[in-house]
Amino acid sequence: MRIACPFCGPRGVDEFAYLGDATVKRPNADAPDALPAFVEYVYLRDNPAGLHRELWQHALGCQSWLVVTRNVRTHVIDQVEAARDVAAARLSEAE
Amino acid sequence: MSTDHYSIFSVLREALRGHTGWKPAWRDAAPKAAYDVVIVGGGGHGLAAAHYLAKEFGITNVAVVEKGWIGGGNVGRNTTIIRSNYLLPGNIPFYEHSMKLWEGLEQDLNYNAMISQRSVINLFHSDGQRDAYARRGNAMRLHGVDSDLMDVAELKRILPMLDYDNARFPVKGALRQKRGGTVRHDAVAWGYARSADGRGVDIIQNCEVTGFRIEGGRIQGLETSRGFIGAKKVALACAGNSSRVAAMAGMRLPIESHVLQAFVTEGIKPFIDTVCTFGAGHFYISQSDKGGLVFGGDIDGYNSYAQRGNLPTVEDVCEGGMALMPAIGRVRLLRSWGGIMDMSMDGSPIIDRTPVEGLYLNAGWCYGGFKAVPAAGHCLAHLIARDEPHPVAAAYRLDRFATGRTIDEKGMGAQPNLH
Repeated sequence: MRIACPFCGPRGVDEFAYLGDATVKRPNADAPDALPAFVEYVYLRDNPAGLHRELWQHALGCQSWLVVTRNVRTHVIDQVEAARDVAAARLSEAE
Repeated sequence: MSTDHYSIFSVLREALRGHTGWKPAWRDAAPKAAYDVVIVGGGGHGLAAAHYLAKEFGITNVAVVEKGWIGGGNVGRNTTIIRSNYLLPGNIPFYEHSMKLWEGLEQDLNYNAMISQRSVINLFHSDGQRDAYARRGNAMRLHGVDSDLMDVAELKRILPMLDYDNARFPVKGALRQKRGGTVRHDAVAWGYARSADGRGVDIIQNCEVTGFRIEGGRIQGLETSRGFIGAKKVALACAGNSSRVAAMAGMRLPIESHVLQAFVTEGIKPFIDTVCTFGAGHFYISQSDKGGLVFGGDIDGYNSYAQRGNLPTVEDVCEGGMALMPAIGRVRLLRSWGGIMDMSMDGSPIIDRTPVEGLYLNAGWCYGGFKAVPAAGHCLAHLIARDEPHPVAAAYRLDRFATGRTIDEKGMGAQPNLH
């Protein structure tokens, strides 16, 4: 498995560190339902058997955080984006 | 005497008549309209649960539905090790219960599972690690589980091939559980299947669950590729596919599916007669009865349903092996394969009721499901039959993530890719 880092080009997966599902969103800690929302955020996952959006860090390269869209049945990678771009898009959507 | 019961006499009798009297060990059952209990997943856990339901709890109107063939999943893809060298109170009694069931399994099932209590030896490489292993050994002994701390002189008699004076990770000793060892893994699935079938359980292969019928919060049955099957109670024992199946019942689980690889070399003469684990890297090894060295390491570390892994992990495991026992460097690797692990968020399993009445969950076994097969089956059967958890599995609750009662055996927190 090779991940095409948008900054460094295609690199072997051993250069990257994995964090997991990139679709979970940190809930508002001041909301009245914060406790169950945090249980979901920390522990529960969709764990799909198909396309999975996930966070990787190019730890032994440029250190950038990436959002990788990968088919977990075949390990084929569809898309690699910088996590900061994904976060910025998410913010502008919320506004 | 019937060939249905395996013994020296049945072997002799069949030898005299050209082995023409052996019968299939289980029927190829077609689904009935309804059952008292349907178990989803014909692996070790599901088949063991069916066996104990029928034998101990007298519930025989049971079906095990399996999307492929029985024993084709993780029970046939593991490295066959059994042990009960756990640390935490929620875990030790459960795994020791499992070990005791292993010790009586062949008599219980009338099936040769080639259980070999050849001892599991966990090496340590520093003073700090010695302290941690001594603590683990003491916790085991407090729960009545055997363990002993070995020094280098004793180790050298048993494992002469280790690189004791490795400059980076010298071997300083080991924690040993003599009752640990290996089992012929396929025979576990087949033995449980044969025993359950003989007591009236239907084992339905090539039958994939496609949905659940739930009315008024209660399970009514399941939709499958072979039609609707009614059920008063349904239990899930789907290992790596637990999240997918549970999602059909509207549940999200604290589980990620990850791939774990294992390896076997060409057969060689007797080389290592214990299970040995490297304390400073990801490597453990035993030798099969055919002579192949069976070894493995850690999960690849990313979500996967692919049943195959990537080369960096292969390299890492083999480097661990070379660091520990350089003598294996010229043995050729015969095969490698991957299995899909239901990695729970705290590294410990779940055997519990679910929010759906009559639906039970057995999942989150991470890479430790094989050694747990008898106890998981027994405790799941107890839960289904009595509607209350077996005392040794009482800590394996689904709601422990919300209540803060996680069982973090490895101290890794809520990161399944680290367990």
